[in-house]
Amino acid sequence: MELKELYQEIILDHGKNPRNFGKCNQFNRDAKAHNPLCGDKVHIYLKLDKEKIVEDLTFEGEGCAISLASASILTETIKGKNFNVAKKIIEDFLNMIKNEVKISINSLNEDQKTTIMSLSGVNQFPMRVKCATMAWHALTSALEGENKNE
Amino acid sequence: MDIKNIKSEFPIFKQKINGKPLVYLDSANSSQKPQSVIKRISSFYETEYSNVGRSVHSLAVKATNRFEDTRDKVKNYINAEYREEIIFTKGATDAINLVASSYGKKFINKGDEIIITELEHHSNYVPWNFIRENVGANIKFAPVNSKGEIEVDDIKKLITDKTKIIAITHLSNVTGAIIPIKKIVDLAKSKKIPVLVDGTQGAPHLEIDMQSLGCDFYAISCHKMYGPNGLGVLYMKKKWVDILPPYQGGGGMIDEVKKEKITYASSQLKFEAGTMQTAEVVSFSEAINFIEKIGIKKILEHENKIMEYGLEKLKKNNSVNIIGDPLNKGSVISFTIKGIHPHDIATILDDDGVAIRAGHHCCQILHEKIGISASARASFGVYNTKEDIDILCNAIDKCKKVFNI
Repeated sequence: MELKELYQEIILDHGKNPRNFGKCNQFNRDAKAHNPLCGDKVHIYLKLDKEKIVEDLTFEGEGCAISLASASILTETIKGKNFNVAKKIIEDFLNMIKNEVKISINSLNEDQKTTIMSLSGVNQFPMRVKCATMAWHALTSALEGENKNE
Repeated sequence: MDIKNIKSEFPIFKQKINGKPLVYLDSANSSQKPQSVIKRISSFYETEYSNVGRSVHSLAVKATNRFEDTRDKVKNYINAEYREEIIFTKGATDAINLVASSYGKKFINKGDEIIITELEHHSNYVPWNFIRENVGANIKFAPVNSKGEIEVDDIKKLITDKTKIIAITHLSNVTGAIIPIKKIVDLAKSKKIPVLVDGTQGAPHLEIDMQSLGCDFYAISCHKMYGPNGLGVLYMKKKWVDILPPYQGGGGMIDEVKKEKITYASSQLKFEAGTMQTAEVVSFSEAINFIEKIGIKKILEHENKIMEYGLEKLKKNNSVNIIGDPLNKGSVISFTIKGIHPHDIATILDDDGVAIRAGHHCCQILHEKIGISASARASFGVYNTKEDIDILCNAIDKCKKVFNI
């Protein structure tokens, strides 16, 4: 397994300059996850509108390049998608990381596909799978969580 | 035995990791095993195996004798006064839990105080937390100073009439600080407070002598001493063996069992319930033989040389920040690299066959105090060489290259 497949430019860029970092205004759902073995943390903030579309999505957290990049890529990929599509993307992402299944979603443009695929190298590093999947599990919890404003 | 060629005694080094020779810098986590220990485990199963302390047949006698031989061997190695002071446990964690449970039940009540330090591994904090939760005792933390050490005066300040035990590490698994246990024991003795020493790192990386140290309890992890996994030793001063209640209940730890009443074994056997780790105990003798054949003094001299060389080289690297700078330091170097998370360091190092630990090393209190969530740690054993340090430093440069630093 080549190290450079894990640490691709795209991942290093997202790790160093995470997008959508911070707490978004008027979030109505959120969820935290952490890895007790290493201390990595992520907190997902989500605004789901009445039509169940992800209007805003941000995160806070600390961790390695893989976990920060993965959370950053998650926010860019899921923002604007509706609830069902978001769930499908999460499912496909986890499948890609854990079972090496290729992403098949039609609702992503080529750029988004390339970006999300850049994380696929993680499946060759079993000890790092958790780093890449933590934010995605937190997003699932947030999506399925209660609306805090109701 | 000659340290120069010691790697050849360890079969694990015959393999390649990611196509590179293994550079094992994770001995504080667990040490590798010499051939003699591995061989002893299989030869015991092949020719002497039976359960110990129960049956009267020939194999049972052989196995029991070998098992009890190790008790004597450990007693001599750590210079305990009596063989009854040696209790086998499933690890150092189990040993500390035993003391927290047995001593705690009998002597720690609501409002009483337990002194530990900010340097402690979770295994010397969480068991005391159980006592805090169960009886309403308080835990006080002696602060770690800017060098990553614990000062005797800071412990002195925490002692009150309510202090029931001081539980403290011998050698920090993060900063490497060697704690002045003897001074702490002297202080505690003057106030009649027992001292538990977490010797998880102390036993493999220091010369230890129970009678000179004078502590009441000393927890040892055998797998960090070139010995088998799943085994620990608790040294417990005889006066405590005599009066503390049992830990776990089961076979082997009883005196007499009736429907209305049970009495327990009076010796250390009351703390060894159920079938013990027979092959592990027997083969631990070989681990001590291995250490004694080289000589602990020589091993420590060697490890310190490697550590000093490592410190010198790492300090020259501007991106590397070393955690703690204790005056007396054992064979561990924890560090961070600006702009690279320790996990990423560990993965990139692994690509060069270099095994280090990354994370909080079960010391979240300490990491919180320093203000970081994780660090990278290189720790040393008898098999490490200066060349290992050179490979580590080259691999660190590679990390910086990958991350464009």
